[in-house]
Amino acid sequence: MAENTITMIITRQDSPESSPYEETFKIPYRENMNVISALMEIRRNPVNANGENTTPVYWEMNCLEEVCGACSMIINGQARQSCATLVDKLEQPIRLEPMSTFPVMRDLSVDRSRMFDSLKKVKAWIPIDGTHDLGPGPRMPEKKRQWAYELSKCMTCGVCLEACPNVNSNSDFIGPAALSQVRLFNAHPTGEMNKGERLEALMEDGGIHGCGNSQNCVQVCPKGIPLTTSIAAMNRDTNIQAFKNFFGSDHVY
Amino acid sequence: MAENRDFFYRRLHSLLGVIPIGIFLIQHLLVNHFAVYGRESFEQAAGFIHGLPFRIVLEFVVIYIPILFHAILGVYIVFTVKYNNKRYSFFRNLMFTFQRISGIITLIFITWHVWETRIAIGLGSAELNYSLMENILTQPFMFWFYIVGVVSTTFHFANGLWSFLVTWGFTITPRSQRVATYATLIVFLVVTYIGIRAIIAFAYGA
Ligand code: HEM
Ligand code: SF4
Ligand code: FES
Repeated sequence: MAENTITMIITRQDSPESSPYEETFKIPYRENMNVISALMEIRRNPVNANGENTTPVYWEMNCLEEVCGACSMIINGQARQSCATLVDKLEQPIRLEPMSTFPVMRDLSVDRSRMFDSLKKVKAWIPIDGTHDLGPGPRMPEKKRQWAYELSKCMTCGVCLEACPNVNSNSDFIGPAALSQVRLFNAHPTGEMNKGERLEALMEDGGIHGCGNSQNCVQVCPKGIPLTTSIAAMNRDTNIQAFKNFFGSDHVY
Repeated sequence: MAENRDFFYRRLHSLLGVIPIGIFLIQHLLVNHFAVYGRESFEQAAGFIHGLPFRIVLEFVVIYIPILFHAILGVYIVFTVKYNNKRYSFFRNLMFTFQRISGIITLIFITWHVWETRIAIGLGSAELNYSLMENILTQPFMFWFYIVGVVSTTFHFANGLWSFLVTWGFTITPRSQRVATYATLIVFLVVTYIGIRAIIAFAYGA
């Protein structure tokens, strides 16, 4: 590569309430940089392209290997993980923005609490605690385990919510990630014991019916999770649950 | 059920789009198609439908109430979306947006169409016969208005059929959804042909 500087245009915001502004930076080029190492360079030397001293750009990160989801941001118009995005593969200038469906905390860091609240709402866990030893749970066929593993790769990064036209301030739609997690936990032999509760959570306001099948989520998920397959499967299960609740027995778990 | 009102309304919205509205749409276009066989054929077919017992009740239960419900909730759905086709230019996202645009065009078309035909007949200012449609469709502007309206409606129905299959959990795998895309494309072409052919018959003679 001929250039020896990288130009980055970053959308910044000082606090959750203040208004965003753009700031341009020029960073010395090194080989094999990713977006995070470029951001670290700004942190080391917080001077913008006009040569003025500025505050270091703030962002979130944790695993640095695309498994925690914390570093998601919009890079050249595409929501993705900054730790897994190589500078050499990007067009310049590189534009960084915070994701737009979540409240911005500061600069590129957003508050994804709504996703964790959603996981609580749909009970995305397997209750195994008791007052006594419950013994080993039922076994899971190896094939099924491999399949479930794919669904379990979700890192709550928020990219699918960012791409979903139905997740926005006019709607209370829970978004694709949590819908797929219900499928994961309902498929587990022990998790299945609370299947009905999870499905009912999906039928509450803001639930699965907010999906309009734009299918952007499955295209953008960095983990390749079959989100739209999960959603259709949960459509089937919630419908059956609704019929059971209405016409079925008084004992629906 | 009471606490899951949104879920129930959205499922009802989806169901009504096919049963009865979609069924009615096909029946309506088929009856209109008799225009292709000539003036008398059309008047006989339309007269048969017009002469059905309890017609007013049928009209309200099968047509007016379901469409009104579907349209009102539909408009609400259309305006709660943050469209993002520029950033995410995938085929399904495009269909998603077209589904909503065609819903609005269909609403405008149906409103005008019902006003000009059924309401005019009800008020006695028009009569149900071949000439009514002939007089409308020989005007170039109305001809194209009807073409756009019918294509928008048939697209909305066919693409809606695709998402209906997902909403009710019939097509789950990507493969079945892909097959459904082709199947509903055929539905679109067939139903559109039936509708447009009748319009041309009214405008230019059979
Ligand atoms: C001849 C009239 C109509 C027919 C046959 C029809 C049919 C359908 C069908 C089959 C669906 C698919 C339901 C699903 O996704 O499960 C649908 C969805 C939809 N319709 Fe209609 N519709 C008609 C009129 C309208 C009108 C007037 C509007 C108002 C703007 C409208 C707005 C919508 C919207 C927004 C959806 C998407 C719903 C969703 O994805 O959840 N439709 N329609
Ligand atoms: S489903 Fe994919 S895109 Fe959505 S939060 Fe999980 S990992 Fe991210
Ligand atoms: S830092 Fe964990 S995904 Fe990027």
